[in-house]
Amino acid sequence: MFEIQHLILKEIKLEWRNRVALNGLLLYVVSSIWVVYLGFSLTVSVLSPIIWNTVFWIILLFSSVNSVAKSFLQEREGRMLYYYTMVSPQGIIFAKIIYNTLLLLIVAFLGLFFYIVLMGNPVQDFPLFCLSLALGALGFASTLTMVSGIAAKAQNSTTLMAVLSFPIIIPMLLMLMKVSKNALDGLDRSLSIDEIITLLAMNLIVVSVSYLLFPYLWRS
Amino acid sequence: MFKLTWWKYLTIVLLFYTLIAGFLVEVPRLDIVNESIRNLYFHVPMWFGMILILLVSMIFSIRYLRTQNEIYDIYSVEAANIGIVFGILGLITGMVWAQFTWGTFWHGDPKQNASAIALLIYLAYSVLRSSLEDEQQRAKISAVYNIFAFATLIPLLFILPRLTASMHPGNGGNPGFNSYDLDSRMRMIFYPAVIAWTLLGWWIVTLRVRFAKIRNQVRMKQYATHSE
Repeated sequence: MFEIQHLILKEIKLEWRNRVALNGLLLYVVSSIWVVYLGFSLTVSVLSPIIWNTVFWIILLFSSVNSVAKSFLQEREGRMLYYYTMVSPQGIIFAKIIYNTLLLLIVAFLGLFFYIVLMGNPVQDFPLFCLSLALGALGFASTLTMVSGIAAKAQNSTTLMAVLSFPIIIPMLLMLMKVSKNALDGLDRSLSIDEIITLLAMNLIVVSVSYLLFPYLWRS
Repeated sequence: MFKLTWWKYLTIVLLFYTLIAGFLVEVPRLDIVNESIRNLYFHVPMWFGMILILLVSMIFSIRYLRTQNEIYDIYSVEAANIGIVFGILGLITGMVWAQFTWGTFWHGDPKQNASAIALLIYLAYSVLRSSLEDEQQRAKISAVYNIFAFATLIPLLFILPRLTASMHPGNGGNPGFNSYDLDSRMRMIFYPAVIAWTLLGWWIVTLRVRFAKIRNQVRMKQYATHSE
């Protein structure tokens, strides 16, 4: 636990010292929302809830892939070797997952804020929507962290990151879209329980598989 | 002459049985599906075969990570490749069937989409392999991805289609085929067909593994003669 705490603090410090990456990321979200806003020419038209929802999740997916991709790419060879001697691989993967979850939560909620400002707010059950967003941040972070660890070992890893992560993230994305669509339409919450439980189970699978597999990745 | 192990004879016999009985034996007369119900012996076993062979591929990946024995890596790659072939065949047979029963080749059915995603995952696996150069690293990292991908594939294939409406039998209120084949004649052909196609897939895997082994040996010899 102590180890994980320190690793998370280290990640936050690194991010804070090198704010270019963080600012770039936030700008990425805002500018893609802006592109969508202008593209749909929303001054004269209004998005239907299903398009509102889908576009939002797609923007979020791309921003998440971009933000998590660097979690292993930014580490230099020497520093990796240093960690290798100091901490356990399980500590590293947990620290990275937790840190990326925090990062994606910031990205998601900031994105939501700008999105609502520009596109209007058709969400009827706001707490449920926020819950789906939080679940999404957790799920994306845990899946993408592991994939970025894999992609970082190969050449042209940015393309590989998208190729490897999109197909395995689709089931999660579909569930999230369904929950948030329910929230958008203000349906009764009992209708979303199944999806939420499935999402939690999926997250559990992904995190535990990452926990088991990461040591092998780390040693190579 | 030919000396084959018993299960290879079994494969041959069962395959001929599937082909002959599958085309000739009486099938239940149903609206819409009509004679195309015979596709049950070819389309559905492809999916069973794909999942089983991909499962084998994942097991070999786990064994590779445990032992670091190169042969397990070859097994898991070849099994994944045959899994992809089965997946493509299953998709094609399914699309043709869909054209004649549902009216379109691509119906956007959850199972259709899920299987397309499954194919994407394993195509990504082969892209990953080709972008890693060091052999040991390639074996290790692709084994990790293989296990990770299979773990995320299971919810995709088994949970997702059951939550949404589907036109496949047995989903979303549609009766399963079990309720059609009352005389259970179809089952007499269907289960052997599953076994036959899966065994055929495994047979191809073993052949390809042998081929890969020989290729590696030839390469080693070439290196040896060059270095002399």
